[in-house]
Amino acid sequence: MNPFSSGTRLRDMIRAIRACKTAAEERAVIRKECAAIRAAISEDDQEYRHRNLAKLMFIHMLGYPTHFGQMECLKLIASPGFPEKRIGYLGLMLLLDERQEVLMLVTNSIKQDLNHTNQYIVGLALCALGNICSAEMARDLAPEVERLLQFRDPNVRKKAALCTIRIIKKVPDLAENFITPAVALLKEKHHGVLLTGVQLCTDLSKVSTEALEYFKKKSIDGLVKVLRDLANSPYSPEYDISGITDPFLHIRLLKFLRVLGQGDVDASDTMNDILAQVATKTEANKNAGNAILYECVATIMSIEDNGGLRVLAVNILGRFLSSRDNNIRYVALNMLMKAITLDSQAVQRHRATILECVKDSDASIRKRALELVYLLVNENNVKSLTKELIDYLEVSDQEFKGDLTAKICSIVEKFSPEKRWYIDQMLKVLSEAGNCVKDDVWHALIVVITNAPNLHGYTVRSLYKAVQTAGEQETLIRVAVWCIGEYGDLLISNAGVLDVENPITVTEADAVDVVEAALGRYSSDLTTRAMCLIALLKLSSRFPSCSKRINDIVRHHKGSFVLELQQRAIEFNSIIEKHQKIRSALVERMPVLDEATFSGRRAGSVPAAVSTSQGDPPKIPNGVAKPTSAPLVDLLDLSSDDIAAPASSGGDFLQDLLGVDVSPVSSQGTNQTQKSGTDVLLDLLSIGTPPAQSSSSALDILSSSQDNKSSVDVLGKLAPSPSAQASTPVGNSSVMDLLGGFGTSQSVPVTNGPAFPAIVAFESSSLKVTFSFSKEPASPQTTLIEAQFMNKSPDVYSNFIFQAAVPKFLQLHLDPASSNTLPASGNGSISQKLRVSNSQHGKKSLVMRVRINYKVNDKDVLEEGQISNFPRDL
Amino acid sequence: MIHFVLLISRQGKVRLTKWYSPYTQKERTKVIRELSGLILNRGPKLCNFVEWRGYKVVYKRYASLYFCMCIDQDDNELEILEIIHHFVEILDRYFGSVCELDLIFNFHKAYYILDELLIAGELQESSKKTVARLIAAQDSLVEAAKEQASSISNMIAQATK
Repeated sequence: MNPFSSGTRLRDMIRAIRACKTAAEERAVIRKECAAIRAAISEDDQEYRHRNLAKLMFIHMLGYPTHFGQMECLKLIASPGFPEKRIGYLGLMLLLDERQEVLMLVTNSIKQDLNHTNQYIVGLALCALGNICSAEMARDLAPEVERLLQFRDPNVRKKAALCTIRIIKKVPDLAENFITPAVALLKEKHHGVLLTGVQLCTDLSKVSTEALEYFKKKSIDGLVKVLRDLANSPYSPEYDISGITDPFLHIRLLKFLRVLGQGDVDASDTMNDILAQVATKTEANKNAGNAILYECVATIMSIEDNGGLRVLAVNILGRFLSSRDNNIRYVALNMLMKAITLDSQAVQRHRATILECVKDSDASIRKRALELVYLLVNENNVKSLTKELIDYLEVSDQEFKGDLTAKICSIVEKFSPEKRWYIDQMLKVLSEAGNCVKDDVWHALIVVITNAPNLHGYTVRSLYKAVQTAGEQETLIRVAVWCIGEYGDLLISNAGVLDVENPITVTEADAVDVVEAALGRYSSDLTTRAMCLIALLKLSSRFPSCSKRINDIVRHHKGSFVLELQQRAIEFNSIIEKHQKIRSALVERMPVLDEATFSGRRAGSVPAAVSTSQGDPPKIPNGVAKPTSAPLVDLLDLSSDDIAAPASSGGDFLQDLLGVDVSPVSSQGTNQTQKSGTDVLLDLLSIGTPPAQSSSSALDILSSSQDNKSSVDVLGKLAPSPSAQASTPVGNSSVMDLLGGFGTSQSVPVTNGPAFPAIVAFESSSLKVTFSFSKEPASPQTTLIEAQFMNKSPDVYSNFIFQAAVPKFLQLHLDPASSNTLPASGNGSISQKLRVSNSQHGKKSLVMRVRINYKVNDKDVLEEGQISNFPRDL
Repeated sequence: MIHFVLLISRQGKVRLTKWYSPYTQKERTKVIRELSGLILNRGPKLCNFVEWRGYKVVYKRYASLYFCMCIDQDDNELEILEIIHHFVEILDRYFGSVCELDLIFNFHKAYYILDELLIAGELQESSKKTVARLIAAQDSLVEAAKEQASSISNMIAQATK
């Protein structure tokens, strides 16, 4: 025998692999075996084909590629002997799945085997078909399977029944062909056939209403009888499992009855008695009995109402819930979730037990129980349940805190009876698990706080205390910093002390300390730091005594490597130093954030853009897209969700002032005048500045779906780079310039002209080329250039061709020119559009090399040149 | 329905996989890795169900092997435990107090037994005896074919001597 072709036996190969000490050794053994198998395959070795395939299956299980053996399966299946077919079909099921093209090739072999005289070969084919058949195969082979449902041997019939399930799942249209043969299976005595027959009928009812109606009419009585006989059957050793005869058949019958009884009063009535019998008589001391009871309860819950049965079912669940077996408790919790819609009172009775399950050591049980508790909460029990859950939050596992926090927040928001309670609970959650709290939760908290003027002082003092003890929770810090910025004066003055509070003495320096500490915290992220800077700016006006110190802190961040912080620091620093006059107006307290708008937006429904009445600031719904005449400037929102075109002119500087995004609407230049600084800045905590027209999608940002991370968040997830671009004003004026001009010019008209001046790109004695520029607001990298060619000579140019080349960081697209003939003496021109995308936008300017060919008086002329006088920031 | 069956050793080695729902090879590897991490790390006293990607995985440990079956949310977990036990008892009867090594060296036989028990992710037979009988009948068919083959090759060998 050739030592290199499949020399080793399967057993020896497995031994060799198991003897390997390292992964590298194992790979070497496998490589050698695979090489030998490939060699055997290419030699078309017959004798050891089945052994090779067995080896390949083992190799496959270890996770190595074995695609080269797929055709071997087909060859084995096509061979006449049973042993070859057996291993071939096994390989087919193991190495292939239904999506592989190779599978189509096997259809014919399977068809032949389905018609084979040997019942075991028929069985192999049915098994393979049932496990991996695709829709095409299902269509092709359905008639064979249908015939086999009436095969003489019961073991083939049961395989055919399960195979049919796969077929009708793949091609539901075929279901009706199978209804009659399936019904015949329900009358069988053989348990295997009956078991699979019931399963087949259940699946048929799911895919075909015709089948469902048919079974409802014809088979309920029969099924009830089968179940009764089964439940009352004497001990039969072949099917007995812990004292119950064939629990599998029990369960399938109950499941099928559930499908039939749903929404059908008559059918439900027919099965009431037997369900009651199963529910009361089944032994519940072993898993098999509990499995039946569980299924029975599920059926009772699903079929039409019968008070007595439901009580029985809930009692069974109550017993399950107090079981010491974790599995049983798990399924009880699972089923109680369904029961709660039917009879919430009955479930409420088990509240204490369920609450205990939330604290279980088993993650699966905890998760189920938490979901159930969530459904149990109502106005009456919210306080006690929340207290329990928050108490547990302190001791729960780290990985469970996320789920638990989300649920607590949701409960508190939904059922909170009063604002102070809400704020208290949220502060507790933030202090315990602030790092797990989603953004929209603390955003909502801030909205609530602003809406409770009598609690401002209380809240800021509580937050101050909380930060002292739980200073590592990010979201707690954010809320605290925000509140100290807004209500710092109340913290110092102890205004509005509630009688439940312990008075505390906080100095102005203490308050600044908190913010400074948060700013300097190693783990603070960009949002928190940016919020800290704003809080400091506000405090600098509220606490004149600390103004100097605050300015020092702010100045310190002028050198920050984070663009966003650096920019804010520079801007705030100049406000503090140069604009004392307007500072206090600038940093006035935020207007009350409109709760209705906020919650409406969270729910995804956006009220129509509210017109702004400047005289009545508190009514301005926060962040609602405003008419373009009052462009939003918002200090907190740094993100520009639509990367706006650079401000159309220097006059728009107010929008840019504090590193704010500019919505396309306002940059289109339709606004007439800027309002006075304070008015515009009123909206310090605005929520995004989406364009007015497209409010629905952009405003959906607060919808409660928390995974909607990509959208802009309420208080502005920082998106440094776009805002940096958006806020970099056109070419010649820097931020500082703008700030310098801030005090004097408060209304600057905005022109409608192009953002970039046209340039003369190229000029020679005979030709002049001008470029004019425009941009699409959506893509600042892309510049549209319109080139105009003018003939300065007295002769007509023909065959005029303009070509351009750009360096690698640019991409150039040339549209066809308007003509290829250029009239003489400037009596007309050719225009051509170019589109340039700058991948280094903001870093490098455009540059272009051009080449112009034309014929004048039948003579070819070539002109070349380089254009480097493009405006910056294109 | 059962979406797949996995047998994983305590060391995380795969001993048997059977997929009744379409998963690409890549997904299969990922699923196995994810689940073995999830299941092998669970403590001994916890319940036998793990919620995973909107499905439930029911597992049970027998000696060094974890038997896992993935089912839909509304399937009966307790019944799956019974099916697992049913499978183990049949293996036990076939191999005579089965151990992990039996399933390693005779992995194909374990697959044959599983194929007599489940098709299309549904239970096929609730009688252990019937499964054993069907497997024995097919094994003897293979033996008969082998004997025939060897007697033919003997005859050829003698003839060519």
